Amino acid sequence: MHCRNDDTQGEPSPDKGRSSRRHFLSQLAALSASLTIAARAASSKERSRPETPDPEQPESLVDIVLKVNGQEKPLKVDSRVTVLDAVRDRLNMSGTKKGCDHGACGACTVLIDGKRVLSCLTLAVMAQGKEITTIEGLAHGDELHPVQAAFVSCDGFQCGYCTPGQIMSAVGCIYEGHTRSDSEIREFMSGNICRCGAYPNIVQAIKQAAPQMKRAVS
Amino acid sequence: MRAFQFKAATSPKDATGTGTDTVFIAGGTNVIDLMKLDVVKPARLVDLGPLSFRGIALDSTGLRIGALEKMADVAEDPRVAKEYPVISQALLKSASAQIRNMASMGGNLMQRTRCGYFRDTVSPCNKRVPGSGCPALEGENRMHAIFGVSDSCCATHPSDLAVALVALDSVLKLQGPQGIREVKLEDFYLLPENTPDREHDISPGEIITEIFVPGKEWARRSGYLKIRDRESYEFALTSAAVALDLDGSTIRDARIAVGGVGTKPWSLPVVAEALKGKAANREVFAAAAEQATEGARTLSQNGFKVPLLKRTLVRVLCEVGGVA
Repeated sequence: MHCRNDDTQGEPSPDKGRSSRRHFLSQLAALSASLTIAARAASSKERSRPETPDPEQPESLVDIVLKVNGQEKPLKVDSRVTVLDAVRDRLNMSGTKKGCDHGACGACTVLIDGKRVLSCLTLAVMAQGKEITTIEGLAHGDELHPVQAAFVSCDGFQCGYCTPGQIMSAVGCIYEGHTRSDSEIREFMSGNICRCGAYPNIVQAIKQAAPQMKRAVS
Repeated sequence: MRAFQFKAATSPKDATGTGTDTVFIAGGTNVIDLMKLDVVKPARLVDLGPLSFRGIALDSTGLRIGALEKMADVAEDPRVAKEYPVISQALLKSASAQIRNMASMGGNLMQRTRCGYFRDTVSPCNKRVPGSGCPALEGENRMHAIFGVSDSCCATHPSDLAVALVALDSVLKLQGPQGIREVKLEDFYLLPENTPDREHDISPGEIITEIFVPGKEWARRSGYLKIRDRESYEFALTSAAVALDLDGSTIRDARIAVGGVGTKPWSLPVVAEALKGKAANREVFAAAAEQATEGARTLSQNGFKVPLLKRTLVRVLCEVGGVA
């Protein structure tokens, strides 16, 4: 029987003449980065403040410590770095997703000090001394968090890209107590967009997980 | 996003002593978005978060809210929901749960317009680049204002909270290099006229420290209705905040402000005056609402806001006035 988590089965090997999706994406990223660097070089003379840190202004690089999923992580970051980019690119936790990067879609939702917030609009320098919880911090080893388990059993996703944000937001929604009816769940989950339209199953998953979470807390 | 110096304010002086190229940040939900768009380009970003302008206090004179209180905390405060329902309702119809957990009350009042031309640095915009022009006047203006429109700007003020607070005659406390002063929220917002880049009665280095809402009779019987293209997580096409002081079924006093339609949160004293001394019923509400859009200047795509605003007013007046 095929296991969904076993990604070596049923997929072509990247070195059998077919380029893998990940390889293609990394090539695309490298190309895009080199184009961006060229564009910056061209425009840097026109701008009084460049888009890269000025070596004569070392204060734009800041030593910080982020507490992510209970672990303290020291980082040297540009003051522009968001919590989203810090956890994905610097701490290699890619569970938190970048959707719109402007606070419109909810894909980047994490908990900070137990409250659901948008990591794309939170500067890392402003998250010091706070408890950041990402999707990677929900499960206990192999035991899924009740909301994760409910999303699996209720089929609360299709492509899965919005799912980490949906799950983190659902955890916050249940903490807040806004699960008294389907319409209340929909209203208080409206900050998380699902372009596949898995909303009915997401509502079901939250209804299933809410009493389990409350039991776990009490 | 361009590079900037970051500083966490440890005392009000850290904030009030800063110059014109400094931008303050609290929740960051608007500032970071606009910095990513290259619309806001501060040399220095000062975090107000560590300052102590917090607390929600009610007494017989009114309601005092620290400017750094989060929208969600004020919305969910049972005292606010009971004594000032229009504030709680306007907050809960704003943005999303995540944004309400982040955004401060003061920051909400300072948020910038959602006009697409303002947010797009390729377009001219008199608010962003004074003198460059306003493409919205002849362009995409379905979401734009019908009140307070000038030949320079027709951008809508986006805050729901500000509409509720203007309706309730709220007052802001500001602190700056020159000391502490108070200003009526309605007067804090400036009309665009020919300087749409000047949006607030606030000086460089000044910060909002507190919102005061007087505890009048009409505050308790109040409500907010917001009409949108989708049911949640969307800015208003039209909205209305109303507060009624009823003596039996007679309207003793009323306060009304509307949103989604003005270049600033728009109070309608004419409509409130038309209600005074009358019986609270649908006919009276409809007659008063007819006066709501006198002097409106509609654009090519937003004429629908005139009838929609009248209906919005009648519906929320019926709800708040207990009229079936």
